[in-house]
Amino acid sequence: MFVAGVVAGALLASTAIARAETRLTIATVNNGDMIVMQRLSSHFERQHPDIRLNWVVLEENVLRQRVTTDIATRGGQFDILTIGTYEVPIWAKQGWLAPLDDLPAGYAVEDVLTPIREGLSHDGRLYALPFYGESSMTFYRKDLFDDAGLTMPAQPTYEQVTEFARTLHDPANQRYGICLRGKPGWGENMAFVSTMVNTFGGRWFDMEWNPAIDTPEWHRAVGTYIDLLRNYGPPGASSNGFNENLALFANGQCAMWIDATVAAGMLYNPGQSRVHDKVAFAQAPVGSWEKGNAWLWSWALGIPSTSQKADAARQFVTWATSADYVGLVAEEEGWVAVPPGTRASTYARAEYTAVAPFAEFVLAAIQSADPVKTTRDPKPYIGIQYAGIPEFQAIGTQVGQTIAAALTGQVTVEQALKSAQSATERTMRQAGYR
Amino acid sequence: MPSSAALGVAPTANAPARRPARRSLSTLPFLAPSVIVLLLWMIVPLAMTLHFSFIRYNLLNPALGGFAGWSNYEFLLTDPALWTALANTLLLVGWVLVITVGLGTLLAVLFDQDFPGRGIARLLVIAPFFVMPTVSALIWKNLMMHPINGVMAFVSRSLGFTPVDWFAEFPLTSVIIIVAWQWLPFALLILLTAIQSLDHEQREAARMDGAGPVSMFVFIILPHLGRAIGVVVMIETIFLLTVFAEILVTTSGGPGLATTNLAFLIYMRALLEFDVGGASAGGVIAIVLANIVAFFLVRAIARNLAT
Amino acid sequence: MQSTRSRIVHAALGWTVALVMFFPIFWMLLTGFKTEMDAIATPPTLFFAPTLENYAEVHQRADYLRFAGNSVVISFAGTALAIALAVPAAYAMAFFPTKRTRSTLLWMLSTKMLPPVGVLVPIYLLARDSGLLDTRTGLVIIYTLINLPIAVWMLYTFFKEVPHEILEAGRMDGAGPRQELVHLLLPLAVPGIASTALLLLILCWNEAFWSLNLTAANAAPLTAFIASFSSPEGLFWAKLSAASTMAIAPILVLGWFSQRQLVRGLTFGAVK
Repeated sequence: MFVAGVVAGALLASTAIARAETRLTIATVNNGDMIVMQRLSSHFERQHPDIRLNWVVLEENVLRQRVTTDIATRGGQFDILTIGTYEVPIWAKQGWLAPLDDLPAGYAVEDVLTPIREGLSHDGRLYALPFYGESSMTFYRKDLFDDAGLTMPAQPTYEQVTEFARTLHDPANQRYGICLRGKPGWGENMAFVSTMVNTFGGRWFDMEWNPAIDTPEWHRAVGTYIDLLRNYGPPGASSNGFNENLALFANGQCAMWIDATVAAGMLYNPGQSRVHDKVAFAQAPVGSWEKGNAWLWSWALGIPSTSQKADAARQFVTWATSADYVGLVAEEEGWVAVPPGTRASTYARAEYTAVAPFAEFVLAAIQSADPVKTTRDPKPYIGIQYAGIPEFQAIGTQVGQTIAAALTGQVTVEQALKSAQSATERTMRQAGYR
Repeated sequence: MPSSAALGVAPTANAPARRPARRSLSTLPFLAPSVIVLLLWMIVPLAMTLHFSFIRYNLLNPALGGFAGWSNYEFLLTDPALWTALANTLLLVGWVLVITVGLGTLLAVLFDQDFPGRGIARLLVIAPFFVMPTVSALIWKNLMMHPINGVMAFVSRSLGFTPVDWFAEFPLTSVIIIVAWQWLPFALLILLTAIQSLDHEQREAARMDGAGPVSMFVFIILPHLGRAIGVVVMIETIFLLTVFAEILVTTSGGPGLATTNLAFLIYMRALLEFDVGGASAGGVIAIVLANIVAFFLVRAIARNLAT
Repeated sequence: MQSTRSRIVHAALGWTVALVMFFPIFWMLLTGFKTEMDAIATPPTLFFAPTLENYAEVHQRADYLRFAGNSVVISFAGTALAIALAVPAAYAMAFFPTKRTRSTLLWMLSTKMLPPVGVLVPIYLLARDSGLLDTRTGLVIIYTLINLPIAVWMLYTFFKEVPHEILEAGRMDGAGPRQELVHLLLPLAVPGIASTALLLLILCWNEAFWSLNLTAANAAPLTAFIASFSSPEGLFWAKLSAASTMAIAPILVLGWFSQRQLVRGLTFGAVK
C-alpha cells in the first residue's frame, strides 16, 4: 500500500516537473490526528521534492478566527485550511474555496462516507476533503453499571439516563452521575444542547427564519439538561468542555458521558485513561423524537480560491485524506491511531476493527447522521448541532452563555430561553433576515 | 477606588524648582516623529473604523452592504449586554486597582523590612508579572481553581470544606483574582521603590519623635506614596480596560454575561459574528469611553504627575 | 535596629506571601514533568516519577527556537524603535512644555485604551495591502506603536526629575537642543531608559493578540507556540505546562536578572 502511494506520488510529481520549489502554508488544528499528519508529512515531502510545507498549528478557537479573517479579507496567507462541516458550505457559497472536482481515480471519492461528503459539499460539488469525522455517543462505566445492577440499553432515552445518573451519583467519592458539556460556545455546550433540542422535537428556526427557542420543546430539552447536570453532574460543569470532561471520565470520575466519538480512541488508550478496561458505549440518548440525537462533524482540508499554488495544495490535500495515508498512519503509529470516520475502507479492515471495538458503532453513528432531515418540524437550515448560516457562531455563543447562566442558577430556564429568543431575534434582524 | 483626595496629599516639595519654560521653535523635530506616527496609527484605523461603523459590513456575508446610517450604533446601544459589559469593565478595573494598590502597599512595607532571604522572596513575588496572560489564565483555570482536580479544591477538601466552584459561583471575582495576581507584582515593585527612596533621616526623625509603626505608615509613608500610586493606577488602568485573554480562556464571558467586558463584547461582534460594522461601532464607543476615562485620569492623577 | 522577633515575623510573612504568589508558577513547572495521567490526578500528586516526555514531545512537534527567535527579534526591535521615537518626544515635553503638552500626553495614552479587537479588520486590511502580513517587520511596527505612549510617558516622568540646572549650564556653553539631549541628558537618564525598555520588552514578549492574528508560518512568536499546545482534543495539561515553561522562561530569567535595574530606573524617575 505504501509502495502504491510512492508510485502515485511519483506520477503526480512528474507532472509538476521543472518547477521551482513551492512553499505551501497549511493552517491546522492542534488535535492529535493533525499532529500525526504533521509528523508524517515528511513522507509527502520526500515524494514531492519540489514542495515544502510550512505548518501553522493553532488551537481551534484561534485557528478559526485566524483563517476566517484571512479568507474573508482575501489575505492569502494560507494555501490549505483545516475547516469543518460548518464552514465549508458557507464559504463555498461565497466563492472562497476552490472546488475539488475531478479527483484522481485512485482517490476513490465514493469510498468517503456519504453524510460526510454531503456535509462538505455545496450545490453538489465537493469543496473540502475530510481528514476525520465524528458523531456523538454515550460512554459509560461498565463496572459501575454492573455493581449497581443496571443495564444500559443500546439506545437509551434521556429518561433512562436521568435514572442511571441518579443511581450512580456519588459526590462524596468524587464520582458523578453524568458529565456533559457546560462551557459556553457554539461548538461547546450548544453542540450538545442542539442535539437534545432536536430529539425533544425542537429546532433553531422555523421556515421563516424566526428563532424557535422560547418554545415548549426547548423548555423540555434545556430543562432536562439542567436537571441532569445540576443534580448529578460534577462541580464546575459550566466550564467543562470536551477536554475537561475527557479528563474527568479518564480519571474515573464520571459514570456516564455523552460526547464526540473521537473520545473512544482516547478512553480505550491505557496511556491516557485509567478506565480503559471499564468503559463501554451506547448510542446518544433520545427524547421524544428519535432523530437528531447525535451530531455530525468533520475536520476537512480545503483550498482557498485565492491560493496561487492550488495544484501543489491539491496534491497535499488528496495525499492526506487518501486511503494510502490511512495505511501509512497504521504502519507508523498503529491501527488504533488512524483518523476515523471518513472512509468505508478503513472500517472494512479487520486490523482496525480488532483494535477498535467501537469502530462499527462509530461507523453506524456517522452513517445514520443526517444534517438535512433531523428535526421533527421542517427547518430552513442544514446542520444537526448547528444552523449552517454565518450568524450562527455568534448566536450559538450567545445562547450558550445564557444556558450556562441558567446552569449556574443565575437565571431560571424560562428567563434564559426568553432572553436567548430575543437576543437571537435581534441578531437575525441585524443580519437582514427579516 | 483610591480617592483623589488621598492623592492630593502627595508631596510636591521634592519636585525640582521649575524655571520658566523657554519657548523654543526647535522642539518640533523632537516631538514630531512620535506624534506623527501615533496620529497615523490613531487616525487611519480610526477613520476606517468610523467609516465601517456607518455601513453594513459583515465579512461572512459580502452580499450585505450599503450605508447603514446609525443602525449599527442603535443596535449596539439598545443591546442589553452593552450596559452589563460597561459595568463589568468598570468593576474589573476598579477592583483590580483596589487589590493591587492596597495589597501592594502593605507588601511594599513588608518587603522594605530586612529579613533573611528577602532578595529571593522578592524575586518570587514579582514573577507573575512576567507570565503571558494566556498562560496565567490557563494555569489558574486548570491547575488552581478547578473544582475537582485543582489545588484549591484539594486544599479546601483537606480542611473539610466543600470545594468552591470558582467560575460558576464567583465568575467575575475569579477573573479579578487572576488579573490581580498578574498586576500585584507591578504595583509592589513601584511602591517598594517609592518607599525605599524615602529619606532615611526623615524616618529616623519620625521614630525619634516616638512615631509607632502605624502612625509612621499613615503619616510618613502613605503621603510619600501618592505619586507612585498615581503611576500604578495610570498604567494599570490602561491595560485593565482592555483585559481580554484572561476572560476568553477562563469563562468566555459567562456564565450569562457575568464576565463579559467591553473588549469581550466587541470580540463577540468582530470575531465570532464578523460583523465589522457592529464591531466598529463598538470600537468607536470604546474610544469615547477611553477618552472619558482619560479625562478623569487627568483630573484625579495627572495633576500630581504632569507639571 | 529591628528586634529579632520582628525579623522572624517579617521573614515568616514575607516568605508566606512569596510562596503563595509563586505557587501557581511552581505548580506549572512541576506539572510539566508529570505524565498526562498524573497531571489530572485527584488529589493532586506532589510526589511522582518525573518524566521528560512532555518536553520531548513539545520539542518534536514545534520548532521552539524559531518561535523564540521571532519573539526575541520582534520584542527587541519593537522596544528599540519605541525608545528611539520616545526619547526626543519625552525630552521636548519635559523641557519645553507648552499648554498642549499635558493633553498631548493624555491623548497618546488614550490610544492604548481601545480594545485591539475593535480595529483588527482595518489593521488586517492595511497590513495585507502593504505586504506586512506574517512578517516580523509588521509586528515590529505594531509593537512600536502600541508601546510608544507608555514609553513617552515613562521617559517624560524620568526626564522631569533631571535637574534643569545641569542642562542650563550646558546651554550657557552654547549647546543646542540636540547636543543637550545627546551629551547631557542621555547619560543621566540611562537608568530610566533601561527600566522603560525592560517594561516594554515584557509587554512585547507577552502580547498575544496581534502576534496571533497577524502571523502565519514565518513570523509567529512564542504566543503562537503556546496556542499550538492549548486545548486540543485530548489531555494536554502536562504538555501545555511544559510548553508554557519554555515560553516564559527567557523573559522570567531576564526579568529576574534585571529587576535591580528596573528598580533603579524607577527610583530615579517616576515614583521618587
